Amino acid sequence: MRLTPDQWIFWQHGFFKLNATIVFTWALMAVLVLGATLITRRLATGHERSRWQNLLEIVVTAIMGQIEDVGLKEPRRYLGFLGTLFLFVAAAALATMVPGYEPPTASLSTTAALALCVLVAVPLFGISGQGLAAYLKSYVQPTPIMLPFNLISEVSRTLALAVRLFGNMMSGAMIIAILLSITPFLFPIVMTVLGLLTGMVQAYIFTILAAVYIAAATHSSKPKPSPTAAN
Amino acid sequence: MLIDWFTVGAQLLNFIVLVWLMKRFLYQPVLDAIAAREQKIAAQLADAAATKEKAHQQQDEFQTKNQAFDEQRAELLREARDAAKAERERLQREAREAADAASAQRAKALLTDAQHLHAEIARHTQQQVFDISRRVLGDLAGLSLEQRMCEVFIQRLQAVEGPALATLGAALQAVSEAEPALLRSAFELPAPQRAAIQAALDESFGQPIPLQFEATPELVSGIELSAPGQKLAWSISDYLGALSSGLEERLGVTEPA
Repeated sequence: MRLTPDQWIFWQHGFFKLNATIVFTWALMAVLVLGATLITRRLATGHERSRWQNLLEIVVTAIMGQIEDVGLKEPRRYLGFLGTLFLFVAAAALATMVPGYEPPTASLSTTAALALCVLVAVPLFGISGQGLAAYLKSYVQPTPIMLPFNLISEVSRTLALAVRLFGNMMSGAMIIAILLSITPFLFPIVMTVLGLLTGMVQAYIFTILAAVYIAAATHSSKPKPSPTAAN
Repeated sequence: MLIDWFTVGAQLLNFIVLVWLMKRFLYQPVLDAIAAREQKIAAQLADAAATKEKAHQQQDEFQTKNQAFDEQRAELLREARDAAKAERERLQREAREAADAASAQRAKALLTDAQHLHAEIARHTQQQVFDISRRVLGDLAGLSLEQRMCEVFIQRLQAVEGPALATLGAALQAVSEAEPALLRSAFELPAPQRAAIQAALDESFGQPIPLQFEATPELVSGIELSAPGQKLAWSISDYLGALSSGLEERLGVTEPA
């Protein structure tokens, strides 16, 4: 039994390899980009618009609304990063309905990559929002004694992001795989539905946490919201 | 080991590419479409607000015009009412004047008719009385009417006495041959009647009274003696006058004042 799709390797040449994580990620990317291209090819600016356009607009405006609710004043600036995070994780979870598919987010490599992205993006947005000095100063707030704790917090929350998503997605896939082998048909379907819900919740949590970290980095003078560990 | 660092690197790259692709193909077009729609809606709202403002202005203008029209209409109505009232009063006045004129003309015509009738009745009565008297007198005593009139006149003359006689006598004293007393009758008196009257006068006043005889048809069968300031008369016209007065009272015809 594979714990992660990384172990499902299609092709390897030395250090380079083509495993299921990368392949399914490409597939998801293709679906997302192709779908977006198809829908946005004929966007209507009037009152009459297609159902797909409505769906996309609802998704995009909902993400922007969530970003704004977290406290980021210019949601459009963060939409590319945070929106893509959400859509990718959500799409990876939704695609579990397809037989033979394994979500790339069930790979610790993927979640680690996403968490690293957050780890890099937070200081980038923070520096661009309030300047390098102000951002670095936030690490010694409220007192310089807090510097090591703040640094540990940065690393640990990144680790938590990666492990949380990986654990949830991997466990969901594992439970379904195990249940399929002992109680076929009905129960795995219920668990798949539950897995979909879990995947959506995880996508939401991952995105919101990333948004909260960015918001904390861009508003250093304000008290940092404590990152609530979900699950 | 659950982490494969090559896969981590690949996924990092994949994610960055996906971010760029999604920005390029999803967020940007969708946000542009939303912005365009919002702009269009804002333009429509602004247009609607402008139209509403214009409508308000037009409404105000129409209300002002309507008010002016109402006032003008009220003014015209008032003028028309005043003109109609003046015209009605004028027509009423003219009608009243016409009615008064017609009434006066009718009254005049009625009076004229009554007068004509009266004259006709008088003439006819005179004729009848004359004929009846003539016939009655002829049948009863063989006397002519003229003869009997003379007798009656003489009786009247002889019946005069007292101050009336004195006054009449004084008046007759003043007459002379040049200006004789005038004795008028409706017809030419025959000589015997003339002589009888002359004799009666002479006898009554004790002196010859110069007389001039004159036929006056208006007297209607009567005799009248005129001296300066005095008159003694008897004629049927007196009776006819009384008869005429009675008829007028019965007919209700009076001379307009």
